[in-house]
This record gives sequence, C-alpha cells and structure tokens, in this order.
Amino acid sequence: MRWIEPLGEWLDRRLQLSGVIRETALHPVPRSSASWWYVFGSAALTVFILQVVTGILLAVVYVPSAAEAWNSLQTLNHDLTLGWFLRAMHGWGSNFMVALVLIHMVQVFLFGAHKYPREFTWVVGVFLLLVTLGMAFTGQVLRFDQDAYWGLGIGASIMGRVPLIGGWLVNLMLGGPIIAGETLSRFFALHVFVIPGILIGLVGLHVLMVLKLGINEWPMPGRLVRRETYLKEYEELTHQDGVPFVPDAIWKDLIFAGCVLLAVALCAAIFGPFGPTGQPDPTIIETAPRPDFFFLWLYAVLSLLPPQLETPFLLIAPVIGIAVLLLLPFLSGEGEKSWRRRPIAVLTVLLLAVMLGTFTRLASYTPWSPQMNAWSGSALPERSLKDRSPLERRGALVFQAKQCRNCHALGGEGGQRGPALDTVATRLTPDQLIRQVLQGRGNMPAYGKNLSPAEVTALVAFLTALYPPGQMPARDASSPVALEAGGESSSSIRR
Amino acid sequence: MNKQNDVSRRSFLMRLGLLINGGIAALLAVPVLGYILSPLRGKASQGYTTWVSLGPLDRFPEGQTRLAKFRNPFVRPWDGQTADIPCWVRHVAGQTLQVFAINCAHLGCPVRWFPQSGLFMCPCHGGAYYADGSRASGPPERGLFEYPYRIDGDQLLIRAGELPTLAADAGTAAGGRKPCAG
Repeated sequence: MRWIEPLGEWLDRRLQLSGVIRETALHPVPRSSASWWYVFGSAALTVFILQVVTGILLAVVYVPSAAEAWNSLQTLNHDLTLGWFLRAMHGWGSNFMVALVLIHMVQVFLFGAHKYPREFTWVVGVFLLLVTLGMAFTGQVLRFDQDAYWGLGIGASIMGRVPLIGGWLVNLMLGGPIIAGETLSRFFALHVFVIPGILIGLVGLHVLMVLKLGINEWPMPGRLVRRETYLKEYEELTHQDGVPFVPDAIWKDLIFAGCVLLAVALCAAIFGPFGPTGQPDPTIIETAPRPDFFFLWLYAVLSLLPPQLETPFLLIAPVIGIAVLLLLPFLSGEGEKSWRRRPIAVLTVLLLAVMLGTFTRLASYTPWSPQMNAWSGSALPERSLKDRSPLERRGALVFQAKQCRNCHALGGEGGQRGPALDTVATRLTPDQLIRQVLQGRGNMPAYGKNLSPAEVTALVAFLTALYPPGQMPARDASSPVALEAGGESSSSIRR
Repeated sequence: MNKQNDVSRRSFLMRLGLLINGGIAALLAVPVLGYILSPLRGKASQGYTTWVSLGPLDRFPEGQTRLAKFRNPFVRPWDGQTADIPCWVRHVAGQTLQVFAINCAHLGCPVRWFPQSGLFMCPCHGGAYYADGSRASGPPERGLFEYPYRIDGDQLLIRAGELPTLAADAGTAAGGRKPCAG
C-alpha cells in the first residue's frame, strides 16, 4: 500500500485536480443548510445519471425505426435477460426525475433561494425543468406505441394551430407529411443527443453556480435580503457558523439519493416497465390514447377548455407561464426569504398543486370522453325496467341501441360526458325531454335526424319514468292553466 | 517596432481569424439549415398530396359509412404500419360521397363511427360529429376534415398524403370545403 501515495502525487502533478476537488469538498456551507430539506437537487442529479446509464443500455438494443421500434421493445421486455427491468428503471426514473425537479423547485421557491444573488441559478433551473419535461415527452414518443403515435398527432395538431407558420411547424416536427419513420428518427435524435446535451450543459452550469455563490442559508423570518449587504452577511454566516460540505452536509444527500435509487428500483421491480401498448398502426382505431402521468393534467385541460379559448390558451399560456417563472427572481429578488412571512408564495404553490392534482385526478377517469362500449356492454339496472309499460321498455331498447349510455350513466354505469339519468324525470318535463332529444343543447348532439317519431315517443316514455320512489316527476306548472284558458285549440297545438 | 504596434497587429490577426471562422460557419450553416428544413422544401417542390385509390366504389354501399385505408403516397421503406392511413367513406347516393379524415379536428385522435346513433365520437377529449361530418358537440371548433375525391371508372380516388391539421386544411390537404369532384 506504500505505493498509493506516490502514485497519487505523480498523477496529480499532471492532472492538477486535487486542489479543485478539495476546495469543492471542503467549502463551508451554513450549518443550517446541512438539512434534509436541501437534498432534492442532488437526488435529481443522481436520477439523471441513472437515466443516462439505463438510456445507453437501452440504446444498445432499441431500433429507432417506425417499422421496428415496437418489436425491439417487445424483445427488450420478453427476450433479453432483465431487459424489462432496465426499461422499467428508465421509465420510473423518468417519473422520479420530473417529480424531484418539481419538488426541488418548490423548495427553492419557498425558501427564497431564487433571490439575490442566485437569480441566474433559478433561471437555469427553469430551463432545466423545461428540458426535463422535453425528455419526458420525447421519451414517451420513443416508446413507439399507440399512445405515442396519437400523442404525436396531438402535438402536430397543437403546432397546426400556430398562425401563419403552423403548417411548416407540423412538417418540421414530423419530418415529413405524416407521422412515420422520419418522425421517430427526429425524436430519437432529440431524446438521445440534443436534449441530453443541453441538459448536461445546463446541469454543469447550475451546479457550478451553486458552488460559486454558496448554498442558500436557512431562511429566518425577518432576516431580509438586501443587495448591498447580503454577500457580506453570507460570508460571515459561512465562516462563523459554517461547516465543510464534506462530510457535514453531503451525508444527507448521499443517503437520500440512495433511498431514491432504491425506490426507483423497487417501483421498477414491482410495477414493471411502461408498455408498450398496442402497435403504432393508425388503422387500429379502437384505442383511447393517454399521455404519461406528468402530462395528464394537460390532457384534462385540453378537454375542458371552451373551444374558442383553446387556440389562444395553447399558444399564449405557455409563453406567459415561462415568462413569469423566468422573471420571478428579478421581480422579487430582495426582501423576505422565509415562507412563514410570504403567504402569497405559499398560497400560489398550494393553488398550483391543487389545480394540477385535480386535473390529473380527472384525467385518471376522463369524465369528458364517451364510454365507447357502454351501450353494448353495460346492462340496464333492474329497477329501471321493473313494472314498466311495453312502450317504456321499447324506449329502454332505444336508449341502449342509440348509444345514449355512452355519455349518460344509469345505475352508476355508462359515460359521464352528460348528466346521469337515474332521476332525470325530476329535472325535465316530458316536453323538455322531447326538445332536448330532438335538438340537443350544450354538449348534447341533436338526435332529430336519427330517431323516428315512434322511437322518440318510446324513449321519452322511458325517461319520464326515471324518478325515485316518493318523489314527484317534474311537471310544467303553467300547462294546466294554459290548457284550461286556451281550451281545445291550445291542446291541439300541443299534440 | 514598439510594443503597442505589436499588440495591435496580433489583435488584428486574431480578429481576422475570428472573421474567417465566422464566415466559414455562416457558409456551413447553409447546408445545415437546408438539411433541417428539407421537409418544407419537399412540400414546396412536389407537394405532399396526390390522388390515391380507396378501391372500387362498390365496396362502399349507398347510405353507409365505412372504414377504408390507403398506403400513404409518400413513404420510406422503414415507415412500417405508420404509413397505412385509415379514413371514413360515406356514400351518400350515386356519385355523391364524403371522405372524412380519421383525425378529430380538435387534436387529431381517431374518431369512431356509430351507425346506430349516426355519430362520430372521439375517444380522447369527447368530440362528436354528425353523419355528414359537421360538429355535434365537444371541444372541436369545426367539422371533420374531408378529403377531395373523384371517381375514375369504378375506382374511388381521394387526394391525400398529409396529416390533416387546422394548418394543413387551409392549403391543399384534406379540405373542409366541398370536394371538387374531378
């Protein structure tokens, strides 16, 4: 073992790295910053390294060809030893990385770490978020299955909404006129070369800035950031009450990063790889494409926006959102750091979290989509047929056969696009039901052309009987009066 | 030669070096940009749409709407199944047809035809269309995209080749306008 030290010295005389490494490792950080709250950034970096390693291993087998990509994933999943596990690690690693980046960002914002002099660290971080999301989306495309194919269609349709140059953008994105071989090659180049290259560069810059500017001190309520005095105060803090980064702070980073890696591996082992779902064959149209978890909220937003707001929202909202994030440290670069004295910051984070959570939850059962098989697959509840007249039962048949069930639930089964109809007779009179069926309104199509008068009569008879026991069906309070006053003539108009 | 002169000569040469590199970089950018933008040039030079056959007309009975598929006219050998494009053919009567793109006018998901209720329904965001392709409900702003068609002998031809989007629709691809038969 005597030879190790001379060898090290020999190497360092040529590499000249020990000074930099020692300086980096031993640089003082505020004692308060050696905290469990300051571990998310390094964990995100760790997962990124995992993604690079697993990504390279997958690229050894993956074939970026529209005709073969899906088959090569099947080979990875089923034929190669532990190929499924590597795919699962890469997929779960992606989810963990997005989650860690978001958590890290929220922590930084709530601890005021984006304020002077770390504004540009935040700006680089915003780009890191965008690039991470870019990796997640392009990665989903490389899993070249039905979801990927139709997801590309959605991307192209969004591009197509850009005024004037929309058509060009679509062709540029797809690499040609349709979603095909060149599209996948483009996204492969983006996912494997372009975006990771940018990501590595930005991560390097980000970490360098953290080292140069020093890690944010634990925010104390009332200790305000001022441009004139902050650097001096921070210098004093780190030198009077500082600890060396190694080992006083880094052991928490190491333990947390290890736990995260273990969690990724556990998720991968227990839940397995993501897809691929069906083959990327556009002629298989019996499919309900869904985006990956972190884009589900967007799926919900796109379903719920009013049509006339959609294009402006899609084109303007991202610009505003990114601009707000980029400008944030310059608009609030000074003052209070502690979240205890920044109620609006806390409320903003909570509001965004509740919003994204709600949309994601909605997208998990897509109440806006018709349930394509409900009309043929879901039986009518018994009580809606019991003791009914032949006409009402005929109406029940119409109700099923005309796919009303795809959008309207009965007995808890069926689509949720329209209201459930279990008690519809308490809300609408027979006249209103006829009008609604024939002319449609709101989100309901008009069925006037697709139902014969006899079918309408039967259907409305069935619906009119849908009210709970002990409750009166809806009635038009004015019609008896009108009938009485108008006598024969008005009643003949009604019929 | 005094020292100041020497420095300015060196810095002149450095600037010259930068200029030469900048010039070469600009020259090299031309083929790079041309390469990246080639999908646009392909469109400008020959266009991406042409007439493709959907098979004999009697495959589409009058009064019915049926799924048809065609091989996209512009393909690479490695496109695989992605170049098989489906569409809905509605044979109204005689020589009058409507050929709808499979892609929902909202965000491009594949719409399904339900003959019983006479509706096209989209599985993604809940768009619905009537039998004639006009918007019935949901997020789409307009009706289904239509391919121009013509009948050549017993063959039904449509003008297709490009993914229909709101942008491609305004041009030559699947147009929402009434088809120019012929």
